[in-house]
Amino acid sequence: MRDLRNRSRRNFLARCITGAVALGATGLRATGEAQAAAAKSRVVVARDPLLRGSGSTIDSRRLETLLDRAMQSLFSLPATHENSIAAWRRIAGAGDTVSLKVNTLGGRGIATSVELVEAVCERLQQAGVAARNIIVWDRDSEEMERAGFRIAVGGDRVQCYGTDRAGYEDDLSAWGSVGSRFSKILTRASNVLINLPVLKDHDGAGVTISLKNMYGTIHNPNKYHPNGCDPFVADLNMLPEIRSRMKLVICDATTAMYEGGPGFKPEHSWKLNGLLVAQDAVALDFTGWQMIERKRAEMGLKTLEAEQRAPRYIATAADSEHRLGHCDAARIAVFEV
Amino acid sequence: MNCELVAAESAARMALDRRSFLMCALASSAALGAGEFTASAAAIPLASGAEAQNNAQFTYEAKFYEKLANRKIKCKLCPRECIVGDKERGYCGVRENHGGVYYTLVHSRVCAAHIDPIEKKPLFHYLPGTTAFSIATAGCNVNCKFCQNWDISQSRPEEIPAQYISPHQAADIARQYNCPTIAYTYSEPVVFAEYLMDTADAAHEAGVRSIVVSNGYMQHDSLEQAYGKMDAVKIDLKAYTESYYAKVVTGQLKPVLDSLVTLRKMGKWTEIVYLVVPTLNDDDEGFRGLAAWIKTNLGTDVPLHFTQFHPEYLLKNLPITPVATLELAKAIADAEGLHYVYIGNVPGHPAQNTYCPQCRKMLVERVGFTASQMLIRKDSTCPYCRHNIPGIWHA
Repeated sequence: MRDLRNRSRRNFLARCITGAVALGATGLRATGEAQAAAAKSRVVVARDPLLRGSGSTIDSRRLETLLDRAMQSLFSLPATHENSIAAWRRIAGAGDTVSLKVNTLGGRGIATSVELVEAVCERLQQAGVAARNIIVWDRDSEEMERAGFRIAVGGDRVQCYGTDRAGYEDDLSAWGSVGSRFSKILTRASNVLINLPVLKDHDGAGVTISLKNMYGTIHNPNKYHPNGCDPFVADLNMLPEIRSRMKLVICDATTAMYEGGPGFKPEHSWKLNGLLVAQDAVALDFTGWQMIERKRAEMGLKTLEAEQRAPRYIATAADSEHRLGHCDAARIAVFEV
Repeated sequence: MNCELVAAESAARMALDRRSFLMCALASSAALGAGEFTASAAAIPLASGAEAQNNAQFTYEAKFYEKLANRKIKCKLCPRECIVGDKERGYCGVRENHGGVYYTLVHSRVCAAHIDPIEKKPLFHYLPGTTAFSIATAGCNVNCKFCQNWDISQSRPEEIPAQYISPHQAADIARQYNCPTIAYTYSEPVVFAEYLMDTADAAHEAGVRSIVVSNGYMQHDSLEQAYGKMDAVKIDLKAYTESYYAKVVTGQLKPVLDSLVTLRKMGKWTEIVYLVVPTLNDDDEGFRGLAAWIKTNLGTDVPLHFTQFHPEYLLKNLPITPVATLELAKAIADAEGLHYVYIGNVPGHPAQNTYCPQCRKMLVERVGFTASQMLIRKDSTCPYCRHNIPGIWHA
């Protein structure tokens, strides 16, 4: 538990309110919202130029090391083997059921990599989470298989399947402009959500990273694409089903796309060989957006603003009505490791 | 309302066989007096789950779209004109781009099927006392906060159980159960336009008519081509202000008004329903403006139904529409000169009946969704004063 003595009264109250909203969350662990209330949000950008060696395949061992480095940096822990597990204990432990929401819409070319998910599952188990209490999921099992995941249902192993197998809640959850039914995987099979998006351009929303990855948790994402997904993305992330569970975002930026998304366009992708890790999803999305803009500039493309598709929903998520995190560079501490 | 009583009366009057009666009973019990309401479980047995569906058999190339660069498409079905990238879907959720070709995923993919009284649509000037084989697929091109059928209209097709019913099978079922009409309804038929068109053709070949219950939020060409095949149309005109359409419907008013004018020019028998939602579209000026617009652009003989709102979906915080409000709306529309103004979803209200605008005598008496008395002559005139009563009264 963090020491509250040095916090301002306002921050203390904000934390209390956050806790009240969390209803059923694991309570005392750090959350993105707690960070949002603090002075700066930490976003770790971890990169390994040799992640693929001389080929195109990701080296699983190097990726695991990269993940450890990122997690230790996120929690300001010295780089030791013990701390690579201690970092995960801040997220989940024995008794938790953890769902890993991947992004497989774009197929194998631009999906959360199996190697990353395997590394996360390994560390979660070392942190005390039972294998059967870890669920890797997206909206559709076939899409997951196309992205390289093997469907696994039942037994003592890590579970892996889409919402097509579990279904959606019958009841609506509503906030602001959003009224949706959530995947039962989220609502019934997990108390901790780890968001594992990819880093890519989106023709309507500007970019799609962690906040928009939550579109894959509801039954009607097609209703929320007008107006660059604003304010729908922010409103969706306000719902307690997400807000109370999301403890960590690990954005797979081993391959990223700066143009032509969300479908995979190899000609517009680049091997970034990196991970973005944060507890503040807004800060992470803001940071990822800036990385995409820098790549666009490097490739001679217009800014997303000039193309009239800047991801305004990120700022909305940070506004006084939502307060989901920070999108002001002055309030985001980016650590490159 | 006692739904079983309505079904029993209906069965007795129309001499339905036992199986048809059971289907009507199931349909009516699902209705629960709430106008156009359905559950996804239907009288016709459906697949037990979405996983039982074979997506390929429901996937047909869409009719109304244009191809753009980079494997994108622009949908030309409704005014939304979704620009859809590869592997993405439009706003309706039932059309998908595969490599630059746009497909409907709901052709013959029926998620709700019932035999309903035609009065339930409601169509009051179209074959009163008959039944319609009523079908729907998943999907809708708007997102009304009061939707009664949101569980199917706001879902993607693979999320809800459905059954393959080809256009010819639909026509056969209608004939088998003595339904003179197939109704495309419940969700939003705009989004299954291709299926609607093919089914209407098959039905006409089999001597069965077609009607559609729609929001009218369509482009001119798709409206002409798809609804040109209909024998009658009911349009839900949700309000008479753009702001309501923007905030409550997630659509636009003007294209709907344009559709009504187009249908008028096409000579399609059209009735209008206006769901009166307390505090949102129940002001006198709105009623007056609506009635004046109808009178000017469509004429005084278009039936206008003011129906009662029941709290549903995202508007559960509002009360049921007071009957007095509906009566005020009717009084305003009557005063503007409209001849056939009805009150709906209020069982037993006298404004459910059809009266001759000249001699004021009652010509069609309705109890719930049943036409218990129909006096209009074969030549569509009043039996008392011979005034012409517009509509399609006899098969």
